[in-house]
Amino acid sequence: MYGSGEGVRPPYHAVAEWLGTQALGDLRQKLADAETMFRRTGITFAVYGSEDTSERLIPFDIIPRIISAAEWRKLAAGIEQRVRALNAFMFDIYHRQEIIRAGKVPEELIVSNSAFVPEMMGVSVPLGIYSHIIGIDIVRTGESDFFVLEDNTRTPSGVSYMLENRETMMHMFPDLFARNRVAPVENYPENLLKTLESVAPTGLKGEPTIALLTPGQFNSAYYEHSFLADQMGVELVEGRDLAVIDGYLQMKTTQGPRRIDVLYRRIDDDFLDPLVFRSDSVLGVPGLFDLYRAGRVTIVNAPGGGIADDKAIYSYIPEIIKFYTGRAPILQNVPTYNCRKADDLKYVLEHLPELVVKEVHGSGGYGMLVGPTASSSEIEAFRAKLTANPSNYIAQPTLALSTSPTMVEAGVAPRHLDLRPFVLVGDEVRMTAGGLTRVAMRAGSLVVNSSQGGGTKDTWVLQD
Amino acid sequence: MLISIGHVTRYTYGLPAACSVHTLRLTPPSFEGQRVLSWRVEMPEIAGAVQYRDAFGNVSHLVSIPRSYDEISIIARGVVETKDKSGLVRGLMEAAPVRIFLRETPKTAPDSNIRALVADVAQADPIDRMHDLMRLVGERVEYAVGTTTASTSAAEALRTGRGVCQDHAHVFISAARLMGFPARYVSGYFLTGDILGSEAQHAWAEVYINGLGWLGFDPANQICPTESYIRLGCGLDSLSAAPITGNRTGGGNENLDVFVEVQQQSSAQQQ
Repeated sequence: MYGSGEGVRPPYHAVAEWLGTQALGDLRQKLADAETMFRRTGITFAVYGSEDTSERLIPFDIIPRIISAAEWRKLAAGIEQRVRALNAFMFDIYHRQEIIRAGKVPEELIVSNSAFVPEMMGVSVPLGIYSHIIGIDIVRTGESDFFVLEDNTRTPSGVSYMLENRETMMHMFPDLFARNRVAPVENYPENLLKTLESVAPTGLKGEPTIALLTPGQFNSAYYEHSFLADQMGVELVEGRDLAVIDGYLQMKTTQGPRRIDVLYRRIDDDFLDPLVFRSDSVLGVPGLFDLYRAGRVTIVNAPGGGIADDKAIYSYIPEIIKFYTGRAPILQNVPTYNCRKADDLKYVLEHLPELVVKEVHGSGGYGMLVGPTASSSEIEAFRAKLTANPSNYIAQPTLALSTSPTMVEAGVAPRHLDLRPFVLVGDEVRMTAGGLTRVAMRAGSLVVNSSQGGGTKDTWVLQD
Repeated sequence: MLISIGHVTRYTYGLPAACSVHTLRLTPPSFEGQRVLSWRVEMPEIAGAVQYRDAFGNVSHLVSIPRSYDEISIIARGVVETKDKSGLVRGLMEAAPVRIFLRETPKTAPDSNIRALVADVAQADPIDRMHDLMRLVGERVEYAVGTTTASTSAAEALRTGRGVCQDHAHVFISAARLMGFPARYVSGYFLTGDILGSEAQHAWAEVYINGLGWLGFDPANQICPTESYIRLGCGLDSLSAAPITGNRTGGGNENLDVFVEVQQQSSAQQQ
């Protein structure tokens, strides 16, 4: 909320003023009301690997995070450039691999990468788009310094929180919305539907039929799956509801089979089709990948998209953007050490207490080391893992993430946050202003992942 | 040489299979060393099959059978004209960049034994090195039916020192990739002459040699493929090149019979 100078930064003026007039007790009451609302809607989140396997609420904070129109314009331009480049990269990697021939990305980083799916070679995907739904994690370290932390090109989740957070805020603080011109977010499901329709199989006549494939109600994001299907008015299906019949993907219904043209899948590549990927998978559909290859159905996002958000590829993204767009990146990467390189590894081992070290294929904040807050025994344990398998890790400097006022036990206090805008790529790039703001609820913590106790906030992009 | 092929795969079930899908890579390509004169794949519902080329260029069929059955036969047959090209494979419709075939798979992942095998390869010239590798694989993996299964990996086959053509090919591919040569698994048929049986269904390897192209090596027979070889399909390993894969519900007590007949035809017999 505060800039480098003394005062409150302009985008926050109205909210800061409002915050100044609120009694702490009233705010606490509002927070309790918000939690009741979430519980009533049923927004919960299952946490893997925790003793208590019951579902719980993601902490919600009632003080919005605010981004000015000018800030958002710059972010949006950078995001659009990035998602176009990422899709061009995936198309190239799964076709002629010009970027390898040009020597911009090392060959072994692609062909030996477990995120690369050789079965995807040569598939002609509609409009040449692989990642239709991308969540780009952005952090801010200064008034005009935004960095991309991660590109989520596989199956990014969290968009339902963005939508529910807004609905809750509008319900609880209508006066605040009257005093601020906040860009809407509720058009996301409609834009998602338009995007899915735009990538229907080439040559399809008539309206495409769309379905959302979920692993089922025990998945941590099941709420989001059912929410999005409901909002878009499309079928929510599980693998057992689908089959290859008469050369098409069909949904079994009481009125007989019904053809599915676009499958928005929220299950991982490995589980899509037991004939091609994990043979023990019962979540997918046998034969689905062959149909996809033959152009009978579109899978969204395309299998193999993990090659674009692989952490070992991440440090090459600026080069990738230049290669496919011919321009310098608008949004910067966080400087990254690839521990597979001897020099980088040496530096990382010498500076562990200052760095954040991540597993190349990890996600959700699991298996990472945050040097500055780790104990010396944690650092030594990580050093052993790192030395044993260096190419499995990357490291980044610990960033001074921006903070925003947040309701905590002691009152209103600054907490670190990031931003995940959701971008849709189809016949055009569709973006919802803002995104999901994730906030680390513990003082000083930099880990915002909901699986690690992070919370969320409504994100306001102010209109001029 | 004119060669006729008949390949029958029959599944019978003690308990009926309810419904199933099958991916068939049972259609041989034409290229410089091989011309397909006639070819048919027969099985129930084949008329409604989805046909496509897979990532490695193989013509494939996806067949779904939406009803229950207790017996099914998949039949591939036809006539192919072959020429001896000393193992060189040219004029094939290539789908994937050559470098893809450097990728390790669970079946071809090297272990210390395969590394040791590579260290024993003498010679300097790339082709000589591959011939030496072929000799070593033949020496260290004795041909023995029934000692390995379809799921045996290269490392396991070399460790036990026994196996069939699939295992020879996997060990060879694993070692060749380790040496920096793109290598792929090839499925096909082999005109065995006097010998009969399912050995006529065969597997070998191809290695990419810079400046030359793809060159076949058959470590099981210790030769580069000749006009007695009919090439069906290729992949990263036996899984991605499998002529038949499938998935079914039900179908307990599966029994599988494979019958392969590969015969030389005189041109007069050609239809």
